[in-house]
Amino acid sequence: MNAPFYEFGLLGDNASLLVALLIGIAFGFFLERGGLGNARKLAGQFYLTDLVVLKVMFSAIVTAMLGLFWLSKLGLLDLSRVYLLPTYVAPHLIGGVVFGVGFVMGGLCPGTSCVAASSGRIDGLVLLGGMLFGILLFNEAFPLLQGLYYSTELGQVTVAELLGLPHGVLVFIVVVAALGSFVLAERIEARTK
Amino acid sequence: MTQGASPRPYMNPYVAGVGIGVALLLAFVIMGRGLGASGALSTVVATGVNTVAPDHTTDRLPYEAYLGDGTVSPLKDWLVFEILGITLGGLLSALLAGRFRASIDKGPRASNRSRLLFAFGGGTIMGIGAKLARGCTSGQALTGGALLSVGSWLFIIGAFAAGYMAAPLFRREWT
Repeated sequence: MNAPFYEFGLLGDNASLLVALLIGIAFGFFLERGGLGNARKLAGQFYLTDLVVLKVMFSAIVTAMLGLFWLSKLGLLDLSRVYLLPTYVAPHLIGGVVFGVGFVMGGLCPGTSCVAASSGRIDGLVLLGGMLFGILLFNEAFPLLQGLYYSTELGQVTVAELLGLPHGVLVFIVVVAALGSFVLAERIEARTK
Repeated sequence: MTQGASPRPYMNPYVAGVGIGVALLLAFVIMGRGLGASGALSTVVATGVNTVAPDHTTDRLPYEAYLGDGTVSPLKDWLVFEILGITLGGLLSALLAGRFRASIDKGPRASNRSRLLFAFGGGTIMGIGAKLARGCTSGQALTGGALLSVGSWLFIIGAFAAGYMAAPLFRREWT
């Protein structure tokens, strides 16, 4: 197996758009199935009443992370050809902080707002409109923000490389952290119910 | 559409998470890239501004980066098709579970008006944050999280820490 297939020229651009549509359908389907179209369930994460965000997100991250690790270990996937977003310390941290405030205020994130809107939620549609407006504001203010936007660049770097740990050790630590957080989440939910 | 029939309960969140993880893994294996959502919205904004005021997007990086070379429509883009899929997938799941219904999700003390104002405001703030962080919960938290990218984990830590710190301000809206 020569993965990623697209990177090795095994499928063309039009086929890649069909893949995008199908993968998107699967993503949106499981988001709605898990209850992530419901803003009140998502906001419950921040009041410790419903920890569905943590459970869905962390199990998705662990699943994909383990899949990548083993496929690469078995020589089936060339991890160096999977695109890794470069790190910019201050923009990532500050962008995350700004995003988090908007998240608890709006109760949905970009992907889940699409699912909320398409399952009939008016708040999801309104939030999508707000997001387009926010992106427009950012674009118009870009001359003022570009100093921050390009600052503190570290390049394409993983947490394992940064800490000098083998990839497998970090994967193991993340799995243990995820399982620990699931146990904790179940205890917290049991107490509030 | 579901008058009378009660909607089916949500799936076990761990099973839904594994489903999303498999979709994400397939994107890595087939395409060599992960999922995203805010990137597609950036393309929509750039295309919209370019249609209304073509001169305004020239030499302005946040627009030009999403408009391509002009030979094909900027909407013929991987993330745009993927976000269309997300929308269709959500619709499909809601219809199959008898959950499709015009509604507004909010806490018992919140009015529809305040909920929609906060939804718009929260969306605006998230739009700015996602642009600054070069991605959102999909492109940074899920995709970069699984790839163990340093920036993505900083984004996750920043977003959740800020969410918990800001939560008391919005308690009336949700609880």
